[in-house]
Amino acid sequence: MIAGALAVLAVAAALVLNAMRSSIMFFTTPGKIAEQHIAPGTKFRLGGLVEKGSLVRGDQLKVRFEVTDGNAKVPVAYQGILPDLFREGQGVISEGSLDTSGVFHADTVLAKHDETYMPKAVADELKKEGHWKDDYGKTSSADTPGTVR
Amino acid sequence: MIAEAGHYALVLALALALIQSFVPLVGARVNDPALMNVSRSTAIVQFAFVLFSFLALISLHVMSDFSVANVYENSHSLKPLIYKITGVWGNHEGSMLLWVFILALFGALVAIFGVNLPLSLRAHVLAVQAWIATAFYLFILLTSNPFLRIANPPLEGRDLNPILQDPGLAVHPPMLYLGYVGFSISFSFAIAALIEGRIDAAWARWVRPWTLMAWIFLTLGIAMGSYWAYYELGWGGWWFWDPVENASLMPWLAGTALLHSAVVMEKREALKIWTVLLAILTFSLSLLGTFLVRSGVLTSVHTFATDPKRGVFILMILCIFIGGSLSFYAWRAASLKQGGLFAPISREGSLVLNNLLLTTACATVFVGTLYPLALEVLTGAKISVGAPFFNLTFAPLFLPLLLAVPFGPLLAWKRGDLVGAAQRLIAAGIVALLTIAVVWAWEKGGSALAPLAIGLAVFVILGSVVDIAERVKLFRAPLNTSWSRAKGLPRSAWGTAFAHAGLGIALIGIVCESTWNIEHIATMRLNDTAQLGSYSATFDGMTSRQGPNYQEHIATFTIRQGGVTIGNMTPSKRSFTTRGMSTTEAALMSRGASQIYISLGAANPDGSITARIYYKPLVLLIWFGPVLMAFGGVLSLSDRRLRVGAPKPARPKFDGLAQPAE
Repeated sequence: MIAGALAVLAVAAALVLNAMRSSIMFFTTPGKIAEQHIAPGTKFRLGGLVEKGSLVRGDQLKVRFEVTDGNAKVPVAYQGILPDLFREGQGVISEGSLDTSGVFHADTVLAKHDETYMPKAVADELKKEGHWKDDYGKTSSADTPGTVR
Repeated sequence: MIAEAGHYALVLALALALIQSFVPLVGARVNDPALMNVSRSTAIVQFAFVLFSFLALISLHVMSDFSVANVYENSHSLKPLIYKITGVWGNHEGSMLLWVFILALFGALVAIFGVNLPLSLRAHVLAVQAWIATAFYLFILLTSNPFLRIANPPLEGRDLNPILQDPGLAVHPPMLYLGYVGFSISFSFAIAALIEGRIDAAWARWVRPWTLMAWIFLTLGIAMGSYWAYYELGWGGWWFWDPVENASLMPWLAGTALLHSAVVMEKREALKIWTVLLAILTFSLSLLGTFLVRSGVLTSVHTFATDPKRGVFILMILCIFIGGSLSFYAWRAASLKQGGLFAPISREGSLVLNNLLLTTACATVFVGTLYPLALEVLTGAKISVGAPFFNLTFAPLFLPLLLAVPFGPLLAWKRGDLVGAAQRLIAAGIVALLTIAVVWAWEKGGSALAPLAIGLAVFVILGSVVDIAERVKLFRAPLNTSWSRAKGLPRSAWGTAFAHAGLGIALIGIVCESTWNIEHIATMRLNDTAQLGSYSATFDGMTSRQGPNYQEHIATFTIRQGGVTIGNMTPSKRSFTTRGMSTTEAALMSRGASQIYISLGAANPDGSITARIYYKPLVLLIWFGPVLMAFGGVLSLSDRRLRVGAPKPARPKFDGLAQPAE
């Protein structure tokens, strides 16, 4: 019985390690993309603020906008409906990958959750880069199920 | 005045909890019944004080008293009454008050219904409850006081987050907390058993109903939350592997394991030490869930305003209770006598397998949820672990568990007959294989996984039917004999069958929804039609409406099936002026267990709108399954041997032998 338990645990450990290798996404900001040498096609999460005046809507729900962390900008292309809370000048996290010309193709766009809440990863980076404004962190409350996309 | 009274009541509850933490322990040590009985009165009065405090906060919200910071931050005078009430726990301070309210409720229930518990056991259990309560009262009073006043009261509040202005908030958090906090009772019983160094079948019989009750609420709470996310967030997803969802799934998995191991302990006096450990782990995971949600460590939308003081305080509570209880377990577990030998192929063996797979699956969720946090703390690297990780780890562990489910109830205690069980399941197996073939042929070369998973689900459901059929000797005895046997069957046997069948039904819903979901996302002009299988949706135009505290834009769609109109659907967008936010209200139309789902994107200046339209086959089964599982739990709970707090201590065990065991 103990051998059986160990076998199950070994299988689980193998599954976890395998999944860790293949299905984990890293988070980064525009300013760090160059130094991190992210290969085109690698999936990752890009966080920052939506550059003001950069949002362009095209046909068939195609949108383009730029994400900035104050140091660098990355153009993002997305096809689909943007979340209710997506606004220029506010925090956003997109999931996807870079193409060879440096455009980030997003599969998913996650917006910050209300007028004061910002994704924590984005807030941390902005604080580090010195672009934090105090009114970003005002009290807010959100107790909703799941992630807003 | 009300705010101060509510605050004061909470302080008094803390004082009572402090008394209850020590006096009964001293009483048990010197064997003084009067001192031990103190815990009974303090638990009940403590509940009265917390109830008063909770009602005080509710009345402040109902009266829109904006001189109280909590009301100002989260309420608005125009908000409908139901959201004024539910808004009480739609914020950090209020939800912690709900947490201790439920904790005090369970404490009082043990005090009232535990009349026939041995005196020292009850004293110990209530003392441990009081330790937990003390920690959380302190947390509220020192870091999260909901009764703080504002010096210059504003005239209007900041309103509740619009996404929370939904009936879901009335049900989901209280249900979830009843589950989380309910496991504190099993925890207290486990610690009490370790203190006393004595544990027996009677102990398991006392713990089981409480565990079952918490499990029922947690099951319903998770299902409710999932349905809420599905209709409120506007893109039709029902499970996101979000850390906060995982935080509720982990105690559920551990609690399910506990439920099953407690059966072995009650019937066979085996797995004692393991059951105690599971009881500790289950509540530890509930505490961890509270920590993850309340401390703001997550990159999740559930995060409340990040206040490091709160995070550190809850982390301390977490370390003291989890670290303390596990160390205490390591020290004292050896004093509990192990008993009840059994062969690997037996009912006990199958329940051990159940426990092994459930706890391992729970461990993979644990790793996936906490690894990113640990990595960020240690190296600063930020990663996200999403659905692909859990699909690759959780699913492969759950499939063998499902395969084993029908065998468990058919094996005998002590030494089971696997071949015999397999023979009885042969019909179920054949039907399952036929189902696989039929689904495979119907989908014409789609994914191979979906038919297999549906076959497995059918096997699980029929396994429950076979279990009941075997017990009532269906078709092997005259029908009226079977009927009277069915009536005489213990309710817990029906409970098992319903809960297992619910598991299979939920699996069918999950597989169908994720495999054959039809999605249509488009910009639609007036009179445009979207086609979804045999259904079509035509956009008929927009109207506007003024709600109590929002402006609503409603789109109307006509739904037709094969050209015949079957109804209208009216998804909408609401803009809430106070917070400058908008929400998407999806429209749902049920067709049997399937649903058509429409949610709106942005409205364009030229009068067209963007819309997501889905056809979700059998999606309702995803939530019907858990409801059936909870119903099975309620049936078991109503079994006369398991009435809450009612079991007779140390009765000769012939009733366990005379009836077919669950």
